[in-house]
Amino acid sequence: MDVLTLSRLQFAVTSMFHFIFVPLTLGLSVLTAYMETRYVMTGDETYLKMTKFWGKLFLVNFALGVVTGITMEFQFGMNWAEYSKYVGDIFGAPLAIEATVAFFLESVFIGLWIFGWDKVSKKVHLLSIWLVAFATNLSALWILLANGWMQHPVGYVLRNGRAEMVDFGALLTNPYGVLKFIHTVLSGYMVAAFFVMGISAYHLLKKNRIDFFKCSFRIAATFGLVSSILVFLTGDYSAVLVAETQPAKFAAMESVWETKRGVGMNLFLVPNEEQECNEFERFCIPKVVSYLAFHLPNAEIKGLKEFPRDLRPPVLPTFLSFRLMAGLGMFLLLASLLGSILSRWGKLEDRTLFLKIMLLAIPAPYIAAQLGWIVAEVGRQPWIVYGVMKTSDAVSRSISVSQVVVSLAGFTLLYGGLGVIDIYLLAKIAKKGPEA
Amino acid sequence: MEFQIIWFVLWGVLWAVYFMLDGFVQGAGMLHYVLGKSDGDRRVLINTIGPVWDGNEVWLVTAGGATFAAFPTTYAIMFSYLYTALLLLLFALIIRGVSYEFRGKSEGAGWKKGWDAAICIGNFLPALLFGVAFGNIFAGLPMDAAGYHGSLLSLLNPYGLLTGVLFVMLFAVHGALFVSVKTRDDLQARSAALAKKLWPALLAVAVAFLGYTNFATKLYDNYLSHPVLLIVPLLAVAALLGIRIFMAKEMLLTAFASSCLTILLVVGTGVTGLFPNLIPSNMDTAYSLTIYNSSSSPYTLKIMTVVAFIFVPIVILYKIWVYRIFRAPVTLDEVLENKEAY
Repeated sequence: MDVLTLSRLQFAVTSMFHFIFVPLTLGLSVLTAYMETRYVMTGDETYLKMTKFWGKLFLVNFALGVVTGITMEFQFGMNWAEYSKYVGDIFGAPLAIEATVAFFLESVFIGLWIFGWDKVSKKVHLLSIWLVAFATNLSALWILLANGWMQHPVGYVLRNGRAEMVDFGALLTNPYGVLKFIHTVLSGYMVAAFFVMGISAYHLLKKNRIDFFKCSFRIAATFGLVSSILVFLTGDYSAVLVAETQPAKFAAMESVWETKRGVGMNLFLVPNEEQECNEFERFCIPKVVSYLAFHLPNAEIKGLKEFPRDLRPPVLPTFLSFRLMAGLGMFLLLASLLGSILSRWGKLEDRTLFLKIMLLAIPAPYIAAQLGWIVAEVGRQPWIVYGVMKTSDAVSRSISVSQVVVSLAGFTLLYGGLGVIDIYLLAKIAKKGPEA
Repeated sequence: MEFQIIWFVLWGVLWAVYFMLDGFVQGAGMLHYVLGKSDGDRRVLINTIGPVWDGNEVWLVTAGGATFAAFPTTYAIMFSYLYTALLLLLFALIIRGVSYEFRGKSEGAGWKKGWDAAICIGNFLPALLFGVAFGNIFAGLPMDAAGYHGSLLSLLNPYGLLTGVLFVMLFAVHGALFVSVKTRDDLQARSAALAKKLWPALLAVAVAFLGYTNFATKLYDNYLSHPVLLIVPLLAVAALLGIRIFMAKEMLLTAFASSCLTILLVVGTGVTGLFPNLIPSNMDTAYSLTIYNSSSSPYTLKIMTVVAFIFVPIVILYKIWVYRIFRAPVTLDEVLENKEAY
């Protein structure tokens, strides 16, 4: 175990843990704001109760998103000092801007929203939750533009022994970053949609507050359906960008070894990295992979063998994560479609099997989101900045193995404990239901 | 290069404002057991902090982010050399952040006790650690061509510890005054009395700090070569004395304002003394990190300056607006009636 491996493991643990809470914050802030809007527009107290109930869950989750986020900012400097020195001229700016334009906005107005029910008018109070929703989504933009730059570096030159920014506009309009932002935010909306649908399903199974939870379910189902469709479309276009700008990653995602035109997709596939081939391939749908990559059925796909072994990402995790994510995405799209239909025209409260599935489906978008990040980050290896800096060159030189062992152990314990408390609180509040 | 100087000033301002704002959160938190004698007391204390703690903490995120954006080499060195100290700080801030939100979510006595401890430790440790960190930055870190020669233990040297105690005392008085302004009746009386009792100790530590700084750091060099700068520490001392004077006159809000100024000016004194260093080396000045040898490119600094000059005033405006909405004191009745209270 060396500093590099431990630091990579720690970054994975801390970022994946952070990303348990962020997607729900992104989506549930919008849903809560929408519910409060219906209340202010119609005066219907049911919407007020919905705002307060779902908002309570939102707040518990929000706190953990905030505190785990500070870890991320510290960690770039703590464990990845060489990275920070080498690309900080470019990478530091979006992070600082994220704090200035988004974090302040969300943190100030969440305080107003929590404590200001009786202190400001209905409209101002409504404005505050919309500002929170806007700000959380805006913060996602900046961090994803930063990550987008790591995947597809633009607007820079190598000078003075480091990468220096020469075109801020290029950073802001990097199609990789912009698309990633939209795709990731939408995945957050799906997490929120299934969270609300799942908890609503729990109460509907118990025949508890049927109207309240049917209404919540219906809103979430529409939100989920629209988001899943857009996630699918942005995901498709993201694959095109990956094929264009990160060919090694794309080859790993589909486990393509030989460069070829008109590559088909095998429904069943087992890669063999050692032998540089696929051990097992079955049920090939012709041309699909080429089509996914370039929207042309006979496009040429670069195989992994085009790249020296040490420039290929780990194939099995990248390949499996991509497939599982896409598969889950399709399930979620169908489930939200069915949910939208049943909550409007079917008697949702009597659909016991469907409700049970929806309750069990709460973790599904969470898992899909994490898998997506594995594709993105593991698929980018061995690069920390694609084509510019290797991960192995990026780690801090002044820290020792024992320091990172302590920090990794500390985070694992602390986060583990907080995670348990979080689930306990969310379950408790969810089960209790809204006030009478 | 003017941008580097502009960003040095902004960097100092961000840290100063962070300590001024989070200082009273940390202060009120470390006094949680002392001031909070009953569950009602503790709920009132938490509800004075509740609406503002997150917004205050963002100044830390911004200060760190600004260090990264404007002086990336300093950011990298500071966070990797001070790894373990910052790790402990991080753990404390994480526990503190969730404790305000979680404490009120269950009625169990054990549950509340646990989060009370988290509020106390989660606020005391950052105050101490920030002081230790900045004391060591003022004195300089042992770094040269071979890299870093320090450790967590070496950070806990006398000067570092003294600065840690200074921050703890500054924030304790600051926090007590904040509570006295935001509460009424018994809690107000006790917090005001506590601030009065702590002040002499703060004065003693401050004097010791000002004296020891002469021997442990090169901070005073700038003042000796540009005596006009002495106005900063002199005003800091005046503000510190002002706290005592206004407390004696029962002008608690003004005393709190004076405490705000004290913190701003103490940080200002340190930062002015550091210039143009950000982190001096106490082994070989060739390895000191300065605003010139650790900054971003002029292009990046220019972009960041534009962003800062547009958005920071906006942030200040809406922060003041929300603070004003919450200017009324917090009472126990209000906390018990309000279902959304912490």
